[in-house]
Amino acid sequence: MQDKSPTPPQIKVNRWRRFADWDERPLRLDRFAVEDAAAGFAAFSSPSDPKPGLEIENGKVKSMDGIAAADFDMIDLFIANHHLDLEIAREAMAIPSPEIARMLVDMNVPRTKLVRLAHGMTPAKLAEVVTELNALEIAFAYSKMRARHTPGNQGHVTNAKDDPLQLAADAATAVAFGFDEVETTMRVARNAWSNAVACAVGAAVGRWGTLFQCSSEEAEELQIGMAGFTSYAETVSVYGTERAFIDGDDTPWSKAFLSTAYASRGIKMRCTSGAGSELLMGFHESKSLLYLEARCLCLQRGMGVQGTQNGGIDGAPVTCTVPGGMRELMAENLVAVWLDLECASGNDAAATESEIRVGAKILPYLIAGSDLICSGFGSILAYDNSFNPSLMNGEELEDFLVLQRDFEADGGLTPVGETEIIELRSRAVQAIAAVFEELDLGKPTADMMASVVAASGSEETQSYLPRDVSFISEAIKARGINVIDVIRALAKRGYRTEAQNLLNVVKLRVTGDYLQTSAIVRNGHVISAVNDPNEYLGPGTGYRLSKERRDKMVAIRDVLDRDEVLRSEGRHAKAEARLIQYRAMGEAAVGNDPKEVVIGISPAFGVKIFRTLGGHPLSSVLDALISGIRSKGCTPRVVRLKHTADTSFLGLSAARLAGSGVGIGIQAKGTSVIHQRDRLPHHNLELFSNAPITRLDHYRRLGENAAAYALGDHPEPVVVPTKGEAMGSRFHAQVALIYAIETEMTADGATPENVEIRLTEAAQ
Amino acid sequence: MSKKLTTRDYPLAEKRPDLVRTRHGKKLEDLTLDALEAGDVALEDLRITPEALRQQAEIAVAAGRPTLARNFERASELVDVPQDVILGIYELLRPGRAKGKSDLLDAAKLLRGTYKAEQMAAFIEEAAEVYERRGLFSKRF
Repeated sequence: MQDKSPTPPQIKVNRWRRFADWDERPLRLDRFAVEDAAAGFAAFSSPSDPKPGLEIENGKVKSMDGIAAADFDMIDLFIANHHLDLEIAREAMAIPSPEIARMLVDMNVPRTKLVRLAHGMTPAKLAEVVTELNALEIAFAYSKMRARHTPGNQGHVTNAKDDPLQLAADAATAVAFGFDEVETTMRVARNAWSNAVACAVGAAVGRWGTLFQCSSEEAEELQIGMAGFTSYAETVSVYGTERAFIDGDDTPWSKAFLSTAYASRGIKMRCTSGAGSELLMGFHESKSLLYLEARCLCLQRGMGVQGTQNGGIDGAPVTCTVPGGMRELMAENLVAVWLDLECASGNDAAATESEIRVGAKILPYLIAGSDLICSGFGSILAYDNSFNPSLMNGEELEDFLVLQRDFEADGGLTPVGETEIIELRSRAVQAIAAVFEELDLGKPTADMMASVVAASGSEETQSYLPRDVSFISEAIKARGINVIDVIRALAKRGYRTEAQNLLNVVKLRVTGDYLQTSAIVRNGHVISAVNDPNEYLGPGTGYRLSKERRDKMVAIRDVLDRDEVLRSEGRHAKAEARLIQYRAMGEAAVGNDPKEVVIGISPAFGVKIFRTLGGHPLSSVLDALISGIRSKGCTPRVVRLKHTADTSFLGLSAARLAGSGVGIGIQAKGTSVIHQRDRLPHHNLELFSNAPITRLDHYRRLGENAAAYALGDHPEPVVVPTKGEAMGSRFHAQVALIYAIETEMTADGATPENVEIRLTEAAQ
Repeated sequence: MSKKLTTRDYPLAEKRPDLVRTRHGKKLEDLTLDALEAGDVALEDLRITPEALRQQAEIAVAAGRPTLARNFERASELVDVPQDVILGIYELLRPGRAKGKSDLLDAAKLLRGTYKAEQMAAFIEEAAEVYERRGLFSKRF
């Protein structure tokens, strides 16, 4: 039998407009890729990844990860010869991967035990183990396995003009915020020497110990290091496939040789690798990102470098286009620290335009801690970042400071006050100007210096341009100026503290203490994985904030307290005194005028608090309420309620006192209600809870409606249009502090008091 | 024979300043700003020494980092190798630069003979073997 129900009307809609809304969000500027292992777009595993395995015969590797020794490429050969400890390998490779994965997140298994096992594990084995872990487990394991106890951070100091004055000022600023390392590079390659001198001088302002590198062409970078200006290097890249390595114009042996050369010059060095580099270079062999990076990391340990910069780096953005990409970046950082390498953990090249994804990306690292959380953080504005914008830049530096405060997690940075920053920036530009003058490199004018000290970024400066800088840079190089000349110039011109600071950094190379794993300088002392090892063994162990460190870290600017609220109100008290007088007229009784509407004001109303959260003087608010009530022919009476500061009870108490049975309750911060005497406390007639956006015309209509209810009418309720602004966190601390001031003034059983209001003409 | 250094001797600048001497026999405490201004401290005095790198290698071994230690040992052999020789060998090690195995073996011979860089030389010889096997001597354009 056929269903006779009518066919529904046809709906001709071709798109839910929410998709159009989503199209407009920054997220949609990110493009995502289909997972496709054959094309190299696979984070954790690919059918082409080898299975872990190791065969040893006569003390030699016979096969590794399914590849016979005869078929080894140069990366396999290097790993087999230099990374694998064959005595440990038999033991380590025999343990099932899930079991090792559980050891990584077992707080009772010491880091040293796991590091030892890693010495005997192949790339595929390391990758297989960390693949067992979810994102939370990876972050936890990272926190347990990172080499140095104390977390740190690295910042970029560059600008779009290669302006040495700004580099000096920004280096000093980065040092003040607490970066343990600063890294510069140039817009114009030949400006390397000028950049190096400017940052070295700037980084010597304020305190000593910030390590500095100037990223440039390999040979020149080493020469700049030899001249004493830089103290570390990290642009020695390695790759996970042979073809990518050759295309990068190097081999594991050439890069290992370069690494050794840096050590022989007393310069701290780490390699760079990271997911996505082979994919970007087109030689990925259809292997997963994690497996290729595990090869890079075994290679680095074999080379004998103390650390790595990994976590995607330039490949982070492409890695974040695939499913699991961000988890993969965390996993490869974990492999690095498990192999006992210092880890500058990426969070470097901007991987997304979504601020939500940025915050989500950084958080696990912040709470886990890292040798260098970013590598680096753009301490300058995004457009001044000559490495390309970082995940977080100067624009977001305060967001990072607040995240540290939110989670009580040490990201290595510290808030700095406005006055201190101006002093440091001024000192830095004066110091570099003195060096330039003393070494006959230039004579910056006072205007140039002032523009730089004040500037947030290079678009605001009237200073050196790239061409000017190239003459300075080439002169430094051609004349063979070295760090001794710069130290002497600083000292001669009275910058003895800075001269001493710079000398201290150069002196680090005499002993080479800072060449050990994860070395940085804190409070004038080298700390590294040797003398500051991470020995996490569960709650109460590992890195914890000291009280001193916490106090500094949480001291962000512009925080509210009770005194600040009262001070701010005090500024308005005088103005209000000229506009309104409140005169207490004795105990308030129940009225008998059926047209009477009572306005119940809170204890602090006009006594300690003088404006609503919306910024309206309370005199104007009362005037609006009173005129609204009068406009409907009703009679207002103002009563101060002293037993409560709660809006509902203010309203209900007012209603019970009113001859009409209708009352208005209003708090000093402007939250108000229309109530009626027989109603339940929270079942009011109209509520005005959004004080920050409630305007005077709303208050007037509130008065009108209260009067209308008193007359028995049913007015259209007043709607204060909101998009949720009033619930923004900008108001919450203030609200709680104001409300505490109100409640402190209440007393149980205190009787209501009639208040005579005198408004001057100015108020009306 | 002196006892090997351990992690307790680290950092040398603080724990064992008695062991620290610069290229010209100066102590760390001699490297003052006053001395620098007087012309008594040159860049040469602020260089690392082969001894310091060997000491750091001992500390790295004690800390369980044998590969880092080997790098420091190789580095100790390169301290006195001039910059242009180092950059020359680095260039030679890049793919396709050496025309054949003998170029690298010559470099190894130079390091071993002139600079007594035994471990570094062995490392270059290993590279020569691998490059031959992987065809890295082929001409690149």
